[in-house]
Amino acid sequence: MNKDFNYFLQGEKEKWEVIIGLEVHAQILSNAKLFSSSSTKFGAEPNCQVSLIDAAMPGMLPVINKFCIEQAIKTGLGLNAKINSFSVFDRKNYFYADLPQGYQISQYKFPIVGEGEVLLDMSYGTKKIGIERLHLEQDAGKSLHDQDPTKSFIDLNRSGVALMEIVSKPDLRSPEEVGEYIKKIRSIMRYLETCDGNMEEGSLRADVNISVRKVGDKNFGTRCEIKNVNSIKFMQQAIEFEAKRQIDLLEQGKSIDQETRLYDTKKNETRSMRSKEDAHDYRYFPDPDLLPLELENSFIQKIKNELPELPDQKKDRFINEYRLSNYEAAVLTADKETADFFEKVAKNSDVKLATTWIMGDFFASLNKLQKSISNSPITVENLASLLNLIKTNIISGRIAKEVFEMMLLDKRDPKIIVEEKGLIQQTDVKEIEKIIDKVLMDNQDKVTEYKSGKVKLFGFFVGSVIKESKGKANPGVVNDLLKKKLS
Amino acid sequence: MNNLSNLTLVETVEGIKSKKFSPSEVLSSYEERIKRSKKLNCFISETLDQAKKEIKKINIGQNNLALLGAPIAVKDLFCTSNVKTTASSKILENFVPTYESTVTQKLWDQGAILIGKLNCDEFAMGSSNETSYFGNVINPYKDGKETLVPGGSSGGCASAVSANLTVATVGTDTGGSIRQPAAFTGIVGLKPTYGRCSRWGIVAFASSLDQAGPMTKDIKDSALLLEVIAGFDSKDSTSINTNSSFFFKNLSKQIKGLNVGIPKEYRVDNMPKEIDDLWSEGIKILENCGAKIHSISLPHTKYALPTYYIIAPAEASSNLARYDGVRYGHRESGRDLIEMYENTRSRGFGDEVKRRILIGTYVLSSGYYDAYYLKAQKVRNLIKKDFDDSFKKVDVILTPSTPSAAFKFGEKKDDPISMYLNDIFTVTANLAGLPALSLPIKHNSKNLPLSLQLIGRPFDEQTILNVGYAIEQEVKFKRSISDWWM
Repeated sequence: MNKDFNYFLQGEKEKWEVIIGLEVHAQILSNAKLFSSSSTKFGAEPNCQVSLIDAAMPGMLPVINKFCIEQAIKTGLGLNAKINSFSVFDRKNYFYADLPQGYQISQYKFPIVGEGEVLLDMSYGTKKIGIERLHLEQDAGKSLHDQDPTKSFIDLNRSGVALMEIVSKPDLRSPEEVGEYIKKIRSIMRYLETCDGNMEEGSLRADVNISVRKVGDKNFGTRCEIKNVNSIKFMQQAIEFEAKRQIDLLEQGKSIDQETRLYDTKKNETRSMRSKEDAHDYRYFPDPDLLPLELENSFIQKIKNELPELPDQKKDRFINEYRLSNYEAAVLTADKETADFFEKVAKNSDVKLATTWIMGDFFASLNKLQKSISNSPITVENLASLLNLIKTNIISGRIAKEVFEMMLLDKRDPKIIVEEKGLIQQTDVKEIEKIIDKVLMDNQDKVTEYKSGKVKLFGFFVGSVIKESKGKANPGVVNDLLKKKLS
Repeated sequence: MNNLSNLTLVETVEGIKSKKFSPSEVLSSYEERIKRSKKLNCFISETLDQAKKEIKKINIGQNNLALLGAPIAVKDLFCTSNVKTTASSKILENFVPTYESTVTQKLWDQGAILIGKLNCDEFAMGSSNETSYFGNVINPYKDGKETLVPGGSSGGCASAVSANLTVATVGTDTGGSIRQPAAFTGIVGLKPTYGRCSRWGIVAFASSLDQAGPMTKDIKDSALLLEVIAGFDSKDSTSINTNSSFFFKNLSKQIKGLNVGIPKEYRVDNMPKEIDDLWSEGIKILENCGAKIHSISLPHTKYALPTYYIIAPAEASSNLARYDGVRYGHRESGRDLIEMYENTRSRGFGDEVKRRILIGTYVLSSGYYDAYYLKAQKVRNLIKKDFDDSFKKVDVILTPSTPSAAFKFGEKKDDPISMYLNDIFTVTANLAGLPALSLPIKHNSKNLPLSLQLIGRPFDEQTILNVGYAIEQEVKFKRSISDWWM
């Protein structure tokens, strides 16, 4: 928390600051498309989910899908943004083979959601990132260029699928902040169930706008836009490359061309796609097939009232209710599944233990196994049961780690594992005394050293006793007894 | 049997229901005339063989069906399931939809039978039917020995109704495409309030202006047909949910005390005397019927045409982007995607369509948007407001339908501006979204029909139909066509 922000790039002559704004394209979670009733399921055979409207047959007209509007409003509320009761669908005109209408229906001058903000938990404190707007638009189809040596194929399954374009203000200053921003937006949308945030399937993609300026400068430099980057890692790499490219140019006394660039993931570089002069003139105008969208206040209010608890609210509650640190609460609420998992384990065992174990061994093991919470081998019940065994001193923390490893393998109830393997903690004073006596007897030289002042050896005795007990002796009892015997 | 095709829609359906004649007899009388009228070039596709099969399935006992057994051809802008739909363009030359437009489905649901698809200007862009890829439609009216345009864009519809090749039809009207050709051919054409009829399944020209509407032999037929095709459609976000109206049942020529507005701005420069006289006659007739005449002002009228020729092409430039050769319709080859687009669209579209796409693209371009498109939208609102203000005082507005009678082929083809001027009286109703009706009044000295237009309040088609009905009873207009082409 007390670290300072430090992402400044040192050029040959100057120190530079990087200015980043993001346009996130998030596919709305809905069964039907934005203006037609065809399915939006991922992975279907090409051209199996295409209505007459999606294929832009003559005389076909769009009809707005009310559910998609609700999803956009929900997301807007999740971004603490203003919901506009009046918005307009515009046509963005351009020709491409996978754009059947010859225009994309989007929102230009009057988006459904206006300004908002999200908070990022950075190591140097909370950072506020402004949201410029959120608007609705249709996705295009997909061109397949690798199916035939001479022909291109078109798959229109995606044509007409509803997207939300979330435009940030140029408030981001480092690749790390960009990563956190994407994660935060994704987390909010997953909490709201408005977008699954699946970047591999393309349901979350982003265009990145980057410019640089000398540290201390007030004015923005000329920006470049990097199109369609589909992973956080690539976004961060692209930003680093692009920022350095711009700094080099500026330090050589050259200027930046405002242009659209493409990020090549294999070569880790950005390349010019088209310059400002070649930019399309999209000839935006209000779509005459659709009336302006006017929302009743009560409609918005109803959605507001039904909003679930959002990540920031949950985080605050975890801090207050469970006395978690800001960091712990942020990690545990980053996604809803983790938060739910934690809460259930904590309620059925112990908050402190649940926090330590979930953020420690549990996350580490999921990472190692490349699994998510939903398919974790360790269930809420079993983890709570394990933690209760620790809490009630039936097993020690050390034994618990062993049991945990076994649970990962055979997914069994830890109580059964503990009983079966005889791992129950030894708390019987007489039994432990016997072991202590044996250890002291075997190490008389060390006892003499200890008594002559080498108190550091106490740890050695504790360890030896625990080892002799095969880990079952209760460390607390061992401590107390050893202290008495050695005094 | 030939004279069955002289009957109106209402008479035809009544005759079928009362078993005066059978649906098959009606169909064959139309078939016969269609076969002998190829010269007029009204049809792009004929579906008579299919119609003969369909007609056998008709149950004459179904008295509840409003259009029982009526043979109807429709503008080739309505998508018809399994029947080629071209929008009169090469780019859709062989396009066969798998779906039926809402409006045409309503016709078939009421017992009508599809007999063909009617020629029109390409993508409904034109005022003379000269832009069709499938050639000119010829007006059954003639100027001496010279043939005339039927008007546009619903020129095939207008000629077909006028020449008794279909008992009635539905067209579409974006800036006058129902009313102007109706006027040129001596029939009734009604553009309903924007949102009254579903646009679903109609090849789009300019979405904020397009409306489907009836084109018929008389007012009663228009009332009946509108009743059938009107109605809310959840598949069209711009269709409006109002109470269903019984235009036919409620038709009344009783217009005593009704307030009629005469907009002074419609008295344009160089208006032919015959049009001016026609207008005065209309006023006199209405006075005789007991209506009160008021001079009104619609001050922004002079901006209507430029406004229309910015908004309509702007929307069209975007609506027609889907005809790119990728998924359906005509495709030319090219070395790459861009070349394929260029070849397909430059060879697939005709000159007028390309002209409007270019204009539309231009007025939406960055740097020009505010000066053209945005300004046009503002003017459109002022035009709407002019009407709102006037309709506080009057119930209906009377104007001429067109600035002249039907003209000759080629007369305006190379002069787009003078062609666009044809829409001068009609575009305002589209810009303001109002219902408007064109009905024939008389023939001029050259035996060509002249028509007047009635503009009504939003969703008050009933009043303009009633006023039209009253006028119709007075003028007793009869088309005067010699079947010269047969």
